[in-house]
Amino acid sequence: MIREIIGMAFILIGITFDFFGVLGLVRLPDVYNRLQAATKCVTFGSAGILLGVFIKQGFNNFGFKALIGIAFIFLTSPVSAHAIARASHRSGIPLTKETVIDQYQEDNELKESGKKDV
Amino acid sequence: MTIKNRSRITVFILSFLVWLALTHIGDIQEVIAGLIVAFIVSAVAGKFLLTTEKSEHIIKRFFSAIIYFFKFLWEMIKANFHVAYIVLNPNLPIKPGIVKIKTNLTKDSAITVLTNSITLTPGTLTVDVNPETKEIYIHWIDVLSTDVEENTRLIGGRFEKLLTEVFE
Repeated sequence: MIREIIGMAFILIGITFDFFGVLGLVRLPDVYNRLQAATKCVTFGSAGILLGVFIKQGFNNFGFKALIGIAFIFLTSPVSAHAIARASHRSGIPLTKETVIDQYQEDNELKESGKKDV
Repeated sequence: MTIKNRSRITVFILSFLVWLALTHIGDIQEVIAGLIVAFIVSAVAGKFLLTTEKSEHIIKRFFSAIIYFFKFLWEMIKANFHVAYIVLNPNLPIKPGIVKIKTNLTKDSAITVLTNSITLTPGTLTVDVNPETKEIYIHWIDVLSTDVEENTRLIGGRFEKLLTEVFE
């Protein structure tokens, strides 16, 4: 009974943070800022939901699947965010107007001009 | 025993244990299937797990890893409240930009863990890594400074010392 309540609490927290992530996806201006909200909140929220499932189920094969799911979300979610961010920057998707600095762009331009000189 | 074979045996044992945890063991067939799958996995991908010959200070490194895990969890909870604060604020207080930091870590695995941690901590997202010059490019949602040294301290400094203890 008490395990049920704790599990449901974790699932509720997870859903709340998933909601914040989706709200960020809608409100923030460009792909990089959206990735920030999507990666952080959705990783934490989904991990919270899976942890709640694990607490509700206990130590059987069902619960273990949830635990291993948490480990894989933590490993893969930042990597995919990194891949999307790098790919969109390389294919020239502009940063939002409020952007104050882009040292990545500066360094890439330096490299390109260096190549042209040689 | 060569390092590759030791790595393969470790992968075999680990993947077999994961299989046992995942399946509902009621039949010998499940265990046999698990042995076969674990063998195939360790034959194909087994040589990548262990790469160094000797492993010193294993207990000290283990405790550093645990401390690192809790620090990372705390930073991650902070990151989520940070995003919630930005998203729920009607004015949307952001000042984004891409900055550059340096790192002293040398191993690929250590750099991977550092960049993944940077992605999941408040306001930062790894965009690219330059392995030759050891520079990491980071999208920052709220840029505080544009100086490379200052940013290295602010973003990488939270984890870098602990990760040096864990990996090197």
